[in-house]
Amino acid sequence: MSGIDTPALLVLVLLFLLVTAMGFWATRWRRPTSMESLDEWGLGGRSFGTWITWFLLGGDLYTAYTFVAVPAAMFALGAVSGFFAVPYTIVLYPIIFVFMARLWSVSHRHGYVTTADFVRGRFGSRGLSLAVAVTGFLATMPYIALQLVGIQAVLEVVGLGGGGNVVAKDAPLFIAFALLAAYTYSGGLRAPAVIAFVKDILIYLVILVAIVYLPSKVGGWGEVFSAAEAKMSAAAPDGKPVGSFVPGASAQWAYATLGLGSALALFMYPHSVTASLSAKSRNTVRRNASILPAYSFVLGLLALLGWVAIAAGTKPVGLDGEPNAQLVIPQLFEDMFPSWFAGVAFAAIAIGALVPAAIMSIAAANTFTRNIYKEWLKPSATPEQEAKVSKLMSLVVKAFALVFVLALDKQNAINFQLLGGIWILQTFPAVVLGLYTRWLHRWALVAGWAVGMVYGTVAAYNVANPRSGVEHFGGSLAEIPVIGQLGYIAMTAFVANLVVAVVVTLVLRAMRAPEGRDETIRGDYFADAGDPRVRTVLQPLHQEAPNP
Amino acid sequence: MSATDHVDGGPPRSAAVDHDTVPPARTGLLVVAGVLLLLPVLALMWVGSYSRVDPKLGAFPFFIWYQFLWVFLTSAVTYTAYRIVLVARPHRPMTEDAPAVDEPGEQP
Repeated sequence: MSGIDTPALLVLVLLFLLVTAMGFWATRWRRPTSMESLDEWGLGGRSFGTWITWFLLGGDLYTAYTFVAVPAAMFALGAVSGFFAVPYTIVLYPIIFVFMARLWSVSHRHGYVTTADFVRGRFGSRGLSLAVAVTGFLATMPYIALQLVGIQAVLEVVGLGGGGNVVAKDAPLFIAFALLAAYTYSGGLRAPAVIAFVKDILIYLVILVAIVYLPSKVGGWGEVFSAAEAKMSAAAPDGKPVGSFVPGASAQWAYATLGLGSALALFMYPHSVTASLSAKSRNTVRRNASILPAYSFVLGLLALLGWVAIAAGTKPVGLDGEPNAQLVIPQLFEDMFPSWFAGVAFAAIAIGALVPAAIMSIAAANTFTRNIYKEWLKPSATPEQEAKVSKLMSLVVKAFALVFVLALDKQNAINFQLLGGIWILQTFPAVVLGLYTRWLHRWALVAGWAVGMVYGTVAAYNVANPRSGVEHFGGSLAEIPVIGQLGYIAMTAFVANLVVAVVVTLVLRAMRAPEGRDETIRGDYFADAGDPRVRTVLQPLHQEAPNP
Repeated sequence: MSATDHVDGGPPRSAAVDHDTVPPARTGLLVVAGVLLLLPVLALMWVGSYSRVDPKLGAFPFFIWYQFLWVFLTSAVTYTAYRIVLVARPHRPMTEDAPAVDEPGEQP
């Protein structure tokens, strides 16, 4: 590939400018009386209805990196590494249906902005809350960086970002991120909410066109599947098959644990929680659990495009001349679509990176502000100061992600993202089980978390991948002790975490260790939009309240 | 614990509700909703039941189209569960007679 694809670039730039204008306009959208609190800046006033939440959560969860990496995995390694994204994003919704309404209700009553806020209130434990906050923050950082990798993949295929000049090479990425930072700073969560409309519509358009148009150009679906089967069952240099067409008997644990572990983990990430808590009522997220699978359907189609690329003979080669499977989808679009529509497709991916990057940086900033700044550094911070710190922190977080991707090998970001998925699942017992019971002792939850974190990190570090010549962080699968099959490391760590939490709880209960104070009451977990917040209950307590 | 007949020793107010209770629900319906929600998880975790090529649907291997089918089934199942839980546990409005709880931000 040489030179710049001008029509595609033009369309890409135009759509990008449109989105930038919308991002700045977002400050005025549903304008609040004051932007100076985390409820407004960080949660969009907790006011989003079913459809806005649908676009926002869809735009948030199905990230540009997903759109690049899932088909790339299908293309390079087949169904186990790639198609697990489909069961993952299906079982996700029954799971969040069950617990997210409770988290929304208790957060509404007590004004919680993050999961660490909830854990602090529920268990009366600053230590456990800090563990949850730090885990969320660390897991989110590489995820933001990977959104940049998604944009980079597009720019590289369009022909930008080449050349020896360091400034010219990274200037487009830098400008895109600076604009994103500016309108996120001013508009808060409203900015990605507005942009998400454009992003999701473009994604649906591009995938549906691609899935109808592209297979016919390579000889139909029959040709696609036989090409994929041929590639996956061929022998790699080490004598084993290249990948899997359908998971064999030995890969079924891997497939199931990858799906379930990822689903349990996804709504522990701060950005998922931020988008959920911005909903205006308890049932908004439940209704969304039945309409969000539409995105899973699209993700499944997109995964199949990885196999379409096999049939099409796509050669994903980077500007440095090295093969790079991550470029397979942009390259497929570039090869097969008319130039202008390739531009639309690239815009869909690039804009697809902006929405999650914005929400993730807001969520990470909220976590820092609420659970580190206010909790440990300045307990007297007012809501105005909280908003100010959070806005500044959102800039710092993005700058860090940019440096991370530009200065370091992007493999680092991918490794950290792999670790992040393992880490974030270790907060599940404190957050989700905490929504139901206080039986698990706060210190036992800390102990379980620590064991899960250490086990997961060591296990991931020890995964070698001889085929790609890496000794560490070669993948997310390792042998499950006792069962003896390959499984997702996060799930094994999670089980270890639970076992330790239960055992230590039994010991601590026998020792009568202090339990900490619970500031929530049972009814809080069923509250809805019209119900008063706890802080508003406090003042008029002496008055006679009218009964319903 | 039944919340309907639970009146603690507070001031004698008509129909005072103790909000430190779980709002009343029809347990049977909740169980039905729970089973419905469990179905997609069990079906998709049982990978052995669908990791095969035949029967094909057109050119699509069973492995692929079966999982796409579950996208739609899951959507239907969660919507049904949603309608059921709305009936099973009607919202119990919270009033200002909720017990005093310290506001977040005060460390014990």
